[in-house]
Amino acid sequence: MTETVLEIKNLQVEYHTEHGDVQAVRGINYKVNKGETVALVGESGCGKSASVKPIMGEKEANQVIKSGEINFTYQTENGQKTVDLLKISPKEVQSQIKGKEIAMVFQDPMTSLDPTMKIEKQIAEAVKASSPQINKEQLNKRVLELIETVGIQNADVVKKQYPHQLSGGMRQRIVIAIALSGNPSLLICDEPTTGLDVTIQAKILNLIKDIQKSRKLSVIFITHNLGVVANIATNVNVMYAGKIVETGTTEDIFFDPRHPYTWGLLESVPDVNEAVKELPTIAGTIPDLTQPVVGDAFAPRNKYALNIDFKEQPPMFEVNDHHYAATWLLDKRAPKVEIPTVLKRRIEKMKKEAEADGE
Amino acid sequence: MKKYVLKRLLIAVVTLFLITLILFVMEKAMPGSPFNDEKMSHAQVAALYRKYGLDGPIWLQFFNYLKNMITGDFGVSYTVQVNTPVTTMIFQHFKISLQIGLQATILGSIIGFFMGVLAAVKKGTIWDNLMTGISVLGISLPNFVVALIISLIFSYKLMVLPGTYQQTQPFVSSILPTIALSTFTMASIERYVRNDMITIMDSDYYRLADSKGIKKYQLIMHHVIRNTLISVITVLAPLMIDLIAGSMVIEKAFAIPGLGTLYISAIQANDYNVVLGITFFYAVLFIGIMLVVDILYGLIDPRIRLDEGE
Ligand SMILES: Nc1ncnc2c1ncn2[C@@H]1O[C@H](COP(=O)(O)OP(=O)(O)O)[C@@H](O)[C@H]1O
Ligand SMILES: [Mg+2]
Repeated sequence: MTETVLEIKNLQVEYHTEHGDVQAVRGINYKVNKGETVALVGESGCGKSASVKPIMGEKEANQVIKSGEINFTYQTENGQKTVDLLKISPKEVQSQIKGKEIAMVFQDPMTSLDPTMKIEKQIAEAVKASSPQINKEQLNKRVLELIETVGIQNADVVKKQYPHQLSGGMRQRIVIAIALSGNPSLLICDEPTTGLDVTIQAKILNLIKDIQKSRKLSVIFITHNLGVVANIATNVNVMYAGKIVETGTTEDIFFDPRHPYTWGLLESVPDVNEAVKELPTIAGTIPDLTQPVVGDAFAPRNKYALNIDFKEQPPMFEVNDHHYAATWLLDKRAPKVEIPTVLKRRIEKMKKEAEADGE
Repeated sequence: MKKYVLKRLLIAVVTLFLITLILFVMEKAMPGSPFNDEKMSHAQVAALYRKYGLDGPIWLQFFNYLKNMITGDFGVSYTVQVNTPVTTMIFQHFKISLQIGLQATILGSIIGFFMGVLAAVKKGTIWDNLMTGISVLGISLPNFVVALIISLIFSYKLMVLPGTYQQTQPFVSSILPTIALSTFTMASIERYVRNDMITIMDSDYYRLADSKGIKKYQLIMHHVIRNTLISVITVLAPLMIDLIAGSMVIEKAFAIPGLGTLYISAIQANDYNVVLGITFFYAVLFIGIMLVVDILYGLIDPRIRLDEGE
């Protein structure tokens, strides 16, 4: 029986600016079940970060939440409790949720630690926030434990250091240690590997995956690189211009993608087996979100776009009961469009590899 | 860190030497003589020149002077207070300037700091606007205008505080000059603290600290104010130097016998030794404080403290 940990309903987020109101998130819906990793994928500026900030009660001065519900279910001493994170007070979010039930790993490990505070103090602060009664000895032990949990060998040395003395990979491990310090049930990773070297990226990715498995965490994993999520996600939400345009299991998205935007994202994932050549990127840029969007926001960049794509917002067409995509190409009246042949070949290959791996 | 301190020290010494050299040369190149009393004959003036060693080659004069300075001997005054050692004069006058300057620094920075914190924490509210208004006023009003206004109110209208310096009541007579002198510091510190705190509250490390679920005041104290305090030292130092050097304007406005007043009299009277002595003293003061601040900053900021080598 799957338990839903987080359910986002019709979330709309705007930012007031001098140039108008940026409709960063235009009504998104998704669920995160216990022990699942849900990926949010899309180009930079698609509203991925904007869509998770309200979960942590992060309130920028010009941010306006136009509508929506964020229902979060967690265990308390008195059993299970479900709250709408947008309705409860900031005080309650701070004392009950942040760091304790939901924790976050940020994009840039080089700047996300306090430059003038020792590592141990930064971790201890997080531990104390969730267990205020802890005594000094236990606190020390817990800090060391956390540093070791994230795969750092010489915890004794590292805890006495300052952020600038550590490499980017090490810093990101510390950030993960801080996130784990309150034993959260939901972890939000906002581009956790984007700022890192390719070799380190894989290690951090594996660390997150291991931690997710061993602690049965639910994870929201944000990235602009669809290639990163193949090994880590259970479900994938593809986001474009503040909307989810395709959602499905990882297999659905990788083996049977339906939205031309998803095709574009898949094509721009580097293929390790092919000789390195110019990576195709999706032509054009994301639309100006201060202007109202008519039809499918992706239509102007979409070479398969139908007339109706420019006029009317496509609904989420069902492919199967866990796979949906918002493109008029899925309407039964639409002409049959084949997915790009290069991509088709790649998918066949991936499928074969996956089968081989499975045996 | 050792290397860092040594490097700073070396730079300080070289700077000081260069400043003295430049000043000495400039002073020599200027027209006018300390003995331009019309009643003296040429022979008498020449005798005085000989007496004070002003007749030798210029490099020898400089060399002698430098040697004397290193041993703390700035010579004696020729005209302002004839034959009084310059050192004695400087310290007499500096005491008053230092007292008022320190008081103004402390007053201005404490009030400015709290105003800045208030403005940053209440960013975008009426409080922020109020603090901005006060500090814009503080930065743009020249301090002699402030001096005029407050002496008008407290000295002439209410008659609670003296408007001119009284040797018999050094503290009471320092109150108005302290306030007049502190407004610029207060306003500058307010601006700096507000902007620095807002920058920090927009930083990634603030976001991370906030995501730990710690209390708001803890977040502000440990991550924002702590880091602001570290960097505020660097702006405070030059402001402080300005104040303790003895503001000529404020000393004039309140008739304070401070170092600024002495400096002006010495310049007007072409009293070489006094001018050079005070200038050298200022240079030592400036460079000394900057040095202390650099080292202090190095001690507080781990990014500098722990950087071995380089
Ligand atoms: N504080 C803000 N003020 C104004 N616009 C913002 C702000 N934060 C984000 N935006 C805008 O909202 C959109 C979505 O941003 P974001 O969620 O950060 O994208 P992503 O995380 O997918 O790269 C972008 O157009 C961005 O410019
Ligand atoms: Mg982002």
